[in-house]
Parts: sequence; structure tokens; C-alpha cells
Amino acid sequence: MGRTSREQRRVKAARCWSLVMAAAVAISTGLAWAGNWKPLAQDGLHDPSNTALSQLQNPAEALSKLPPDTAGNQVNWVKALEQGKINPRTSIYAGTKVNELDKKEPPDVLMKNTAELSMVRFPHKQHSEFLDCSNCHEGLFKSKAGTTTGFNMFNILQGEFCGRCHGAVAFPLTECRRCHNEPRPVAGGAAKAR
Amino acid sequence: MFTLLMLLAPFPSRAEFGDVVFNKHSEKEGVRPVIFPHWFHRIRYNCKVCHYELGFKMRAGDNVVLMSDIIEGKFCGMCHNDKIAWGADRCDLCHTGRPGLQSGVIGGASTGGPGRW
Repeated sequence: MGRTSREQRRVKAARCWSLVMAAAVAISTGLAWAGNWKPLAQDGLHDPSNTALSQLQNPAEALSKLPPDTAGNQVNWVKALEQGKINPRTSIYAGTKVNELDKKEPPDVLMKNTAELSMVRFPHKQHSEFLDCSNCHEGLFKSKAGTTTGFNMFNILQGEFCGRCHGAVAFPLTECRRCHNEPRPVAGGAAKAR
Repeated sequence: MFTLLMLLAPFPSRAEFGDVVFNKHSEKEGVRPVIFPHWFHRIRYNCKVCHYELGFKMRAGDNVVLMSDIIEGKFCGMCHNDKIAWGADRCDLCHTGRPGLQSGVIGGASTGGPGRW
């Protein structure tokens, strides 16, 4: 009898403990999702003794109003543009000719040579809405498909190719599945998701 | 309890993703390093405005930005001219960094990884 109640108490305590742990995990995950933008004076980068800091906008004020994300600035910038939450100018001078994706070009590029990871469907259109063609072509990438040399994850992690922006200002390279998002079709069957 | 405290502890202080520190010349010239907030600018301007029209190269460290250029309307000076944004006389609004910062892109997962960022 005594033994059983001791066990029951132990089970109860374990359940209680796991509930507390689950709550703690939920709270910290929630905090991360809800955005954890540091005020400028507390970000470890800005000099808090600079009195002019009070005239600058803090990230939370602007970024909390934009579509959320779980990486980078915790803002989904592509969605922010698509949904009209931001309306950035495309040029300063009226006469600047801005190059955009040719309407004849397909909006996506499928990259199949990705070893055992899922293939990469590169959304060309979304990139060209932020960038000029010359930002990537012909410097980082050749325009003709299949002619860019050295395009691999090693170089990307060194800040070349996609890594010029992804990991610095666009979502980081730890988000593997956002790029490796296209299941490879398997012979004689439906696409197998990896 | 230790795990619990770890989970509930405030996150360590960190810069915003994409912040760029310019300190090639700043401290040598006796001013604080510059902190450029990408997040603030990209709400208002597409990447292509600065990286195509203004001519900022897309790698931190590749651009040599001098105050004399800015005052002449190049680089930051294309907008920071008292017309679009504050002018070059508002030193403390751009030169906001702590002393001793190293130049480069700061913040985010990238800085802890194998990449040169």
C-alpha cells in the first residue's frame, strides 16, 4: 500500500515536472517566434552613451508589424513585399533604368544537382523584385543555366553565390529546407519526399 | 531547475540580423564606428537602389566609403543629404557603434558558422 502510493507520488511528480518543462519550452519558443528584437542601446553593438540613439528607430517598432518568420530578422521579407506591408522604392533618380526578370523567362529555376538532398527550386521572380539582374549576373552566376562553375555548398558557406546574401541579410544557411524544397522524383513512382 | 532557468533566462544581447559595422577608418579618425542597419533601409528601398544605382558592392569590406565621398553625394550621401535623409553633419546618428568593433556583417546565425560572414 505504502509502496504504491510512493510510486503514485513519483508518477505525479514526474507528470508535474514534464508539464513545467513543456510550459518553459513553449514560453521560450513563443518568445522567439514573437520576435526578440533588442532595443539599439542594448544590442551590444550600439554605444549606449551616444545620446543620439534616442532619435533612431528601434527594430521592434518596425519589424513587429511585418509578416513573421523564425530566422534572420524574424521577418518574412518576400511576404512583406507581396502583401504590400512594405513598399520600397526601386530607384532614387527618375531616369535610372532598373532591370527586371524578363517576362519570357520561367519564374523558377530547378537545380537538380544537389546530391542526396532535395532539389532546389529557385524562385527567380521573388529575387528579381528586390534585386537588379546585375547583382547576380554575370558576376556571381552565369545567365546560361548549367554554366556557373564552383556552385556548391562549400562555396556558398564561404559567402559566394547564394551565400553572398543568405546568411548575411537574407534568411541564413541553417534553413536548409527552404531552398532544398523540391522532392526528387523516383523511378517508376511518385515523388519521394526526403 | 538549472535547465528551467536556462530556458527562462533572457536571451543574450545581440545585434540585428544584417547590421554592418564600418570601422576601417572611423576610429582612426576619432569617431565611433558606423552601424548600418539593413533592416531599416530595406523597408524603404529595394536592395537594387544601393547595390545597383548607388554602386555599393555586395560584400562587406569591398567598399571604401570616405566622408569626402558622402559629402559629394556618393554612397550614403546620395540620400543622406538633408533632402531625403539627414545630412553628413549629423555625425552621431550614423557613428553609433561601441569603440573597438570590427568591420563586417554582424548578427544572426551566420557569424557562428564556418562561412566568412
